[in-house]
Amino acid sequence: MPSLPRLSASEASMIEVTKLVKRFGTKTVLGGLDLEVRTGEFVALLGPNGAGKTTFLRILASLSHPSLGEVRVAGHRLPQQAAAVRARLGVVSHMPLLYGDLTAEENLRFYGRLYGIPRLAERIDDVLGLIGLDARRRDLVRTFSRGMQQRLAIGRAVLHDPDVMLFDEPHTGLDQDASAMLDTVLKSVAARGRTVVMTSHDLVRAEALASRFDVLSRGVIVASTTRRQLRGSNLLTFYKHSLAD
Amino acid sequence: MAGRTSTPPQRESPAAGFLRAVSAVAWKDLAAEFRSRELFTAMLVFSLLVILIFNFALELDIRTREAVTAGVLWVTFAFAGTLGLNRSMSIEKDQASLDGLLLAPVDRSAIYFGKVLSNLTFMLIVEAIVLPVYSFLYNVNLLQPGLLLILLLGSIGYIVVGTLLAAMAVQSRTRDVMLPILLFPVVIPVLIAAVKASGGFLTGDDPVSIVPWLNLLIVYDVIFTSIAFMVFDYVVEE
Repeated sequence: MPSLPRLSASEASMIEVTKLVKRFGTKTVLGGLDLEVRTGEFVALLGPNGAGKTTFLRILASLSHPSLGEVRVAGHRLPQQAAAVRARLGVVSHMPLLYGDLTAEENLRFYGRLYGIPRLAERIDDVLGLIGLDARRRDLVRTFSRGMQQRLAIGRAVLHDPDVMLFDEPHTGLDQDASAMLDTVLKSVAARGRTVVMTSHDLVRAEALASRFDVLSRGVIVASTTRRQLRGSNLLTFYKHSLAD
Repeated sequence: MAGRTSTPPQRESPAAGFLRAVSAVAWKDLAAEFRSRELFTAMLVFSLLVILIFNFALELDIRTREAVTAGVLWVTFAFAGTLGLNRSMSIEKDQASLDGLLLAPVDRSAIYFGKVLSNLTFMLIVEAIVLPVYSFLYNVNLLQPGLLLILLLGSIGYIVVGTLLAAMAVQSRTRDVMLPILLFPVVIPVLIAAVKASGGFLTGDDPVSIVPWLNLLIVYDVIFTSIAFMVFDYVVEE
């Protein structure tokens, strides 16, 4: 595994969100959310439908602007320094963001060129090996199963070796085998020292993968715990208590 | 895994990075279309059907044919172009790939110019096939350098505006209907100038009378390319 570069003091917190508000017209989706994610943490963001998880991730990904509040990712402010943030960010959603009429290799080559990745051919070989799709590199993505597409989506997201990974319900629509395979890839991604924020409805998988669990309800974080604090209890109990309070 | 390579190469100039992103987007569209041929086939079949229908509908003498040729051609290209523009952006929206493009650390206008380049290529290929067919059916010589220049300028103007408005229309649930409604009022100056200039060439008008239409096409292309460059970021923003 490559050694990570030394981070400055400000980067010890990879994500800093202060009093974040997001409104769509008169509807307030995020109502003053505060969150800090330290470098190397794997945070599972849990919450019911409509809690604001996807909206929050889209703001972190610079795909949506905050209405109020301050957001910093990797030391860069959003939305003012969005391009700098995007260079250090990898995003995987339940949609693979791939092109069905291109092969797996062509998809990665396209994104690699877009990101200006040096020694791209070598990098594509590495990533295809990481996600276990080397043998299918010349197959059209539209012939892939949902699970394979999601693995390639992770390959696309890690291609530029980002410091921060955002996963928006990556297990949606996957069967058990594909989910297990995806978990292996997710663990491998996290083991490389990246900071990960993942939204999920699947508490069992979240518990197996993440090191910290934050519960989002009605646009604010209502509870937070770590794997260490959970010892002797389980995530489902914590989650239910958090939403009941 | 290779070493950490999260940012674009530092020695690359902003202009080189911009051109790299433009060419990447255009290459992606052309490669995907080369495989599926969905967009190109729709545009070409539609264009050929339109000129065939006009051929039977307008049984004209040679002099009148030359007079109506410009109108028939530009109506054909304008409607065929709408099919292509709609498809070009809906591919990005349906698969949510637009988010993938917007996540790239590049000036978002590079995405726009990449799309313009691919859309223009499709339109010019369709024109290159339709022109000889039209020449054969109507017995009119269309392979004149002046006319080809007008086709190029008119197509650029149409695609420059069309790509911008397609990016806007694709956000709407009624995008297929929305694009022509948004597009045609804005491209009227291009279509009028292109029809007038093309008609002038075909009927052998004095070149001096064609120059103002050519100038209008050039000015339109420059103005709308600049506007699109400035506003594309806002158009695709949530």
